[in-house]
Amino acid sequence: MAALDTANGSSLRQAFGNVLAFFILVLIGIIAFSIRLFSVIKYESVIHEFDPYFNYRVTQFLTKNGIYDFWNWFDDRTWYPLGRVIGGTVYPGLTLTAGTMWWILNSFNIPLSVETVCVFTAPVFSAFAAWATYLLTKEVKGTGAGLTAAALLAMVPSYISRSVAGSYDNEAVAIFALIFTFYLYVKALNTGSLFYATLNAISYFYMVCSWGGYTFIINLIPMHVLLCIITGRYSSRLYVAYAPLVVLGTLLAALVPVVGFNAVMTSEHFASFLVFIILHVVALVYYIRGIVSPKMFKVAVTLVVSVGLAVCFAVAAVLLALVASSPTKGWSGRSLSLLDPTYASKYIPIIASVSEHQPPTWPSYFMDINVLAFLVPAGIVACFFPLSDASSFVVLYIVTSIYFSGVMVRLMLVLAPAACIMSGIALSEAFAAFTRSIKFQLLGQSETSQSDPGDTSSCSIETQNDVAKTNKNEDPIKERPSKRNKKKEKEKEKQKEKEPVEKSSMKSQIGKRLLVLPLEASLIALILLVLLCGFYVVHCVWAAAEAYSAPSIVLTSHTHDGMHVFDDFREGYAWLRHNTDVDDKVASWWDYGYQTTAMANRTVIVDNNTWNNTHIATVGTAMSSPEKAAWEIFSSLDVKYVLVVFGGLVGYPSDDINKFLWMVRIGGGVFPHIREPDYLRDGQYRIDSQATPTMLNCLMYKLSYYRFVETDGKGFDRVRRTEIGKKYFKLTHFDEVFTSHHWMVRIYKLKPPKNRIRGKTKKSKSKAGSASSKRSRTQKRNPWH
Amino acid sequence: MEPQVRMRDALAFFLVVSLSLLRRSSFALSHHDLQIVHAERRIDLASHIIKVFLTLKVENTGTSIASEVLLSFPPNQVGNLAVLKASAVVGKRKKKAYLSLDVKPKLPDGPNGAKYFSISLLNPLSMGESVALEVLYILTHSLEPFPAEISQSDSQLVYYRDSAVILSPYHIKHQTTFIKTPSTKVESYTRLEPTNHAGIELKYGPYDEQPPYSFSPIIVHFENNHPFAVVEELVRRVEISHWGSLQVTDCYKLIHAGARHKGVFSRVEYQSRPSLSGVSSFKNLLARLPPRVHSVYYRDEIGNISSSHLRLDSKKSELEIEPRYPLFGGWKATFVIGYGLPLEDFVFESPDGRRYLNFTFGCPLIETVVDKLIIKVILPEGSKDPSFVAPFSLQQRLETSYSYLDVVGRTVVVLEKENVVPEHNLPFQVYYKFNPIFMLAEPLMLVIKLLEKFQSVLEQIRVIRQLT
Repeated sequence: MAALDTANGSSLRQAFGNVLAFFILVLIGIIAFSIRLFSVIKYESVIHEFDPYFNYRVTQFLTKNGIYDFWNWFDDRTWYPLGRVIGGTVYPGLTLTAGTMWWILNSFNIPLSVETVCVFTAPVFSAFAAWATYLLTKEVKGTGAGLTAAALLAMVPSYISRSVAGSYDNEAVAIFALIFTFYLYVKALNTGSLFYATLNAISYFYMVCSWGGYTFIINLIPMHVLLCIITGRYSSRLYVAYAPLVVLGTLLAALVPVVGFNAVMTSEHFASFLVFIILHVVALVYYIRGIVSPKMFKVAVTLVVSVGLAVCFAVAAVLLALVASSPTKGWSGRSLSLLDPTYASKYIPIIASVSEHQPPTWPSYFMDINVLAFLVPAGIVACFFPLSDASSFVVLYIVTSIYFSGVMVRLMLVLAPAACIMSGIALSEAFAAFTRSIKFQLLGQSETSQSDPGDTSSCSIETQNDVAKTNKNEDPIKERPSKRNKKKEKEKEKQKEKEPVEKSSMKSQIGKRLLVLPLEASLIALILLVLLCGFYVVHCVWAAAEAYSAPSIVLTSHTHDGMHVFDDFREGYAWLRHNTDVDDKVASWWDYGYQTTAMANRTVIVDNNTWNNTHIATVGTAMSSPEKAAWEIFSSLDVKYVLVVFGGLVGYPSDDINKFLWMVRIGGGVFPHIREPDYLRDGQYRIDSQATPTMLNCLMYKLSYYRFVETDGKGFDRVRRTEIGKKYFKLTHFDEVFTSHHWMVRIYKLKPPKNRIRGKTKKSKSKAGSASSKRSRTQKRNPWH
Repeated sequence: MEPQVRMRDALAFFLVVSLSLLRRSSFALSHHDLQIVHAERRIDLASHIIKVFLTLKVENTGTSIASEVLLSFPPNQVGNLAVLKASAVVGKRKKKAYLSLDVKPKLPDGPNGAKYFSISLLNPLSMGESVALEVLYILTHSLEPFPAEISQSDSQLVYYRDSAVILSPYHIKHQTTFIKTPSTKVESYTRLEPTNHAGIELKYGPYDEQPPYSFSPIIVHFENNHPFAVVEELVRRVEISHWGSLQVTDCYKLIHAGARHKGVFSRVEYQSRPSLSGVSSFKNLLARLPPRVHSVYYRDEIGNISSSHLRLDSKKSELEIEPRYPLFGGWKATFVIGYGLPLEDFVFESPDGRRYLNFTFGCPLIETVVDKLIIKVILPEGSKDPSFVAPFSLQQRLETSYSYLDVVGRTVVVLEKENVVPEHNLPFQVYYKFNPIFMLAEPLMLVIKLLEKFQSVLEQIRVIRQLT
């Protein structure tokens, strides 16, 4: 009777647990969504920063013109006069996702604008990502760890920084795709089901569509497979999980125009193929071992190994030679800078110039993953007890992502889910350990008073079930039976449960009781853990509200009489949009390219898709040349307006003067007459009276500080905290046509070339010949005279 | 020198034209027996909306009874005529009262393309009787900036062209014209004795015994730094929701229609010397919104515009908006102002059971001309038989729009009018039939859809259970 009761109770409890887990997941989704709305509430529902504006513009095009026009879209508004094939150079995942969402909403006559859909895509997908984390962690360590990890991921600052409402960038959907792909891989690995393996390939396809970071997946999974093979964990499940991914995944990846044949031709993908071959060899070996006697097998091994080694070396030599013959050794610049952190700053200034491609500092780890950094080691340790295929995968994931995040700040984003999973595991294990010891201690006291353990006190049932549960979880980890076996086992288990469950649980109770911690210690530890989690939550909310929600096109400052808004960027862009001709070309540093095309709807010379270094170097050279030379460069590019961003009046630090050295470096990389030392005084970058004449005469200086001295009489630059070097000067080849309210955006127009007046040269000659000693002297200096 | 030469040329041309008019008029409408005994015209040039007040005393000298009085306008003025109103003056001195009269365009055109408008009198004039008429007409786009392009430090000078004598199909015995300029700065004006300039007023006349169709062109060149705010197109969407609110969205395409800005815009001069630099530019505009307005927003296609102030009081709401940048001549800006209003202030039930929306026509921005105004009244889903009543002629058509979860779509009454001035801010009514049961359609649909969803999920779960 008692046993039946417990069985009933356990199923009820399980159902209750499922419902509870479901509601927790819903709440986690709501948290993940709503914590990202600070930017909308504090600022407005607007697209953020730079790249999102491009994605927004592409989405607009997609919703307006349809999918086929989108694939064939040649954008003539950018990279003038080269243009850009958008359909073939963009990762379409994000745009297609948002476009589909918009289309579905509109087909229900819910008239949301494309902008609104784009703004809220990232928060929606971060909720999805939290759920995917739950699934992945559940596969590794069970429901408790899954829920903890999902809750952690819902508010990890690193991820928030890329997915606040309005941050409409590839990463917004890619992180979800990444985690979900990993989940499906682990699921396929755990179940050996071809269904999940196929889903995995499709999910991988979505990831390829969304983000260039898909190479992380296609390298990490082979690494894990290799690890499994080396540690002797090869199984048919591994084969099922991996082989379809490579075949289907590569085929699907090649369908994405931006990847195309890169999926089989660049080194980033070679690892997967190599492992694919190894896997087959290993599978063959296992198969042969199964059908041949051990002796024969040994003979065969020596034969095959000797022949195979020779062939392998030959193939490897050929491959190496092929790869080595290409200048970058078959690796793209960004990938190379991953392997050699100093590569970019040495060779590619344009990659090094982006702040998110710099290695992170220690404080940024604390800022971005906070207490997770301390919990990760504990999680890794927990993953080794016991080490399963799934947990070894997670360990591998965290190790590689820690390395990558150390190379580039941007890849901190890949680390964040891994850190959340690990910390989730650590936290849930710790909670389990402490609560268990508390329970056992309390139970121990109660058991002494109560003589009959069969008289089901709710407390004891709970603990028993806990134990049963852990047993269940441990079972498949030790050795995953195939599906049929599993069913049988289930039936067996059911039978088992009826009677021996009590016995086994009693046994394990005794076994567990040996590991019990003192009551006080576990209580204190629990409180500390809760405090730690509280601190994490507080930090995350602060980060979401204060640090990461600024849209960067609207700036605010708090003064004593309330908030002051700096809306200069949009002021400048709106002016361009309404008051210049629709086909005018606007030159600016590449940072503002996407915003100019999206907000001002004007053709730009260079933009944030930095695919043509020479073109960017041309603009950099123009900005660092004297006025006349710059005018010539710009007019050869048909440029009509030049836009500079200047923060000296209000103290906006990321303006063009602070970025100027990169323009010099990038320009000098292609045009050697621009030399960085010319702009530096004793290796120091300065714009005050100590600055070099080259610096004070270059276009960027002049356009930034033109008539700046008239504002306060001294020309005090609030960013550089110094008075400017050259205060009074006139522009000869440019006209100031617009300056925004706080001077942050200044737009200049190229003066039309002066008419050549016939006879003017003659006149001046005759004048010079007739008299005017000064002039004749200057002319005499000319050696050709 | 040059402008004067040009003016003289123009004058000569107009004189020739007027002479020819004079000659032809002798036989064109000779059957008219009316004559104007006394006429006074006051032209107000203070802003870019020109208001002309005409006081006429008309006498019937003929034998036949006259029931209408004709007004005539030169063709270039007719195109810019926004409002033409006439009223008869009844009583004398303190008992004066004005009765508004019907004004209609009348065909055929007069000589040299002069257009006629007829004022129908309340009481037809018989022989020897006279009537006093007050006419108000408003002209837009009639000030031509000269020079057409100015730089930031210049002030804006404009030409106003008209005739010193009133163009009329009738003989005018005695007439005077007063022109009021916004400031004392008048560069030049055509002299046609007796002409008198004092302060901000120019007086032409009195002229006596002018034959029909007299025309003597004059040009006044004066300073007018009034903001020439013109809305090229204004689309107003008024969405009625019987759940209690009226949502209004106004999309503006604004342009500064004054002298075009030339060359450099220097922010440092604009900020440090506001009185000298960019005097004809404008930085902010005032919108008068109805009282009890709520959830006001002001944005454009790239996001919220953060420079606006809303002042609420019980009679009206004032929204002071600043475009993203100050508007100089020829500069454009587009923006959207949206707000919600309580439904009970605007939608009423008429005695015959129909409902009607009573809303103000015209543009909420004060002192602006709207070249094309489109009002879209979006009636709730399920409303029938829309019709409208307006105090002036409008173009009308019907559309269908779909909004949140609509099935059959909402009827949209589209009203269009060109050349709208603040005098058009009059109430108009849109009548429609509506059954309140339709209000519940969408919530019910949502509930049913959700129930269906639950049902299907439940069934799926059942199927899955059976399979396992």
